[in-house]
Amino acid sequence: MGRTTCARDWSDPNMELKQQAVAGTTESSDIMVTIDPVGGDAVEITLDSSVEKAFGDQIRSVIAETLKNLGVTGVKVTAVDKGALDCTVQARTIAAAYRAAGTAGEYDWKEIDAWNA
Amino acid sequence: MMFMPGANPAMLRDAGLYGADSLMFDLEDAVSLAEKDTARALVHFALKTFDYGDTETIVRINDLNTVGKLDIDAVVRAGVDVIRLPKTECAQDVIDADEVITEVERACGREVGSTGIFAAIESAEGVLNALSIAQASPRVCGIALGAEDYVTNLKTQRAYGDNMQLYFAREMILHAARATGIAAVDTVYSDVDNMDGFRAEVEHIKTLGFDGKSVINPRQIPVVNDVYAPTEKEIQKAKEIVWAAREAEEKGLGVITVRGKMVDKPIITRAERTIMLAKASGLIGEEDL
Repeated sequence: MGRTTCARDWSDPNMELKQQAVAGTTESSDIMVTIDPVGGDAVEITLDSSVEKAFGDQIRSVIAETLKNLGVTGVKVTAVDKGALDCTVQARTIAAAYRAAGTAGEYDWKEIDAWNA
Repeated sequence: MMFMPGANPAMLRDAGLYGADSLMFDLEDAVSLAEKDTARALVHFALKTFDYGDTETIVRINDLNTVGKLDIDAVVRAGVDVIRLPKTECAQDVIDADEVITEVERACGREVGSTGIFAAIESAEGVLNALSIAQASPRVCGIALGAEDYVTNLKTQRAYGDNMQLYFAREMILHAARATGIAAVDTVYSDVDNMDGFRAEVEHIKTLGFDGKSVINPRQIPVVNDVYAPTEKEIQKAKEIVWAAREAEEKGLGVITVRGKMVDKPIITRAERTIMLAKASGLIGEEDL
């Protein structure tokens, strides 16, 4: 069997993002996450959500936690949410980060599932 | 078996609401090349998050020579019940998938062999190899005809309403399934607005012996359930046969009669299947037996 996990070396806690990447759509129940590597240590999240009043903080928290788990810093995140559930927010954030790192779709599920265990 | 595109979060969330016996999340033809990676993540999280109850979960993966191995890694770890192999041509395709699944099961601590394989047969070669495909692994729990690719391979196109066009492929698949004791599921009916034509096709494949029909729209589900649900008369007759068979077994009798007619093993088997369908359709409960 060939490689089925991410090419990333998990002994290095930081995921290196190389380019801007987008994942998701603006369809109902989805979220479009754009990640821009800007350098530095900060993570800046801008959210436009149809459910901002009730769930804005929760969505920002899921994005921030997911990026922290991936070891991503120095990024500007722009998210347009149309009522996505947490699992969708997480899926889109991870997909965008892997695309930005140049390893689209080669997820390390062992590591990712450990966050949610 | 309801087909759901793996790239749509709303459909993944609502998939369990429509009363399908099994849900097939598609990572293959229903997902564009550019979204294979994102759909893989969505389906992984859907399987880990949503409670689909007793409904069987199936994921159609991409070819192992493209991103199929990544698909298997994502969904076997997430607990999918069955992997659907697209365009299965021969036994080796099943064996190759079996090896990848086994490796992922071992890596994630899942019981080896707990993930099933459903082989979709979509070409002339696949049809001719149906039996060896069905026999290729103990994981194979079902085979299905994928008619759109099959007719393209035959250099023709679907002729809805013509029961002869797919007759050979359907019979090959049915015989392979019955010879190996696995399920046979018929192909999709793409003309979703033609409900009369759809019902006629479901009635046809039920008569042939198929266990079920693939559907691509929730509107098609009640039709399949309705056609497959036994009538009250059929259920009553089946109950009488099963009861009589049970009584004969207790008394050590051989051949029995019900309503003045001789009842032997094949009739009892059919009666048991009618009872199983009636239970699955919610028409009777355990207490009725």
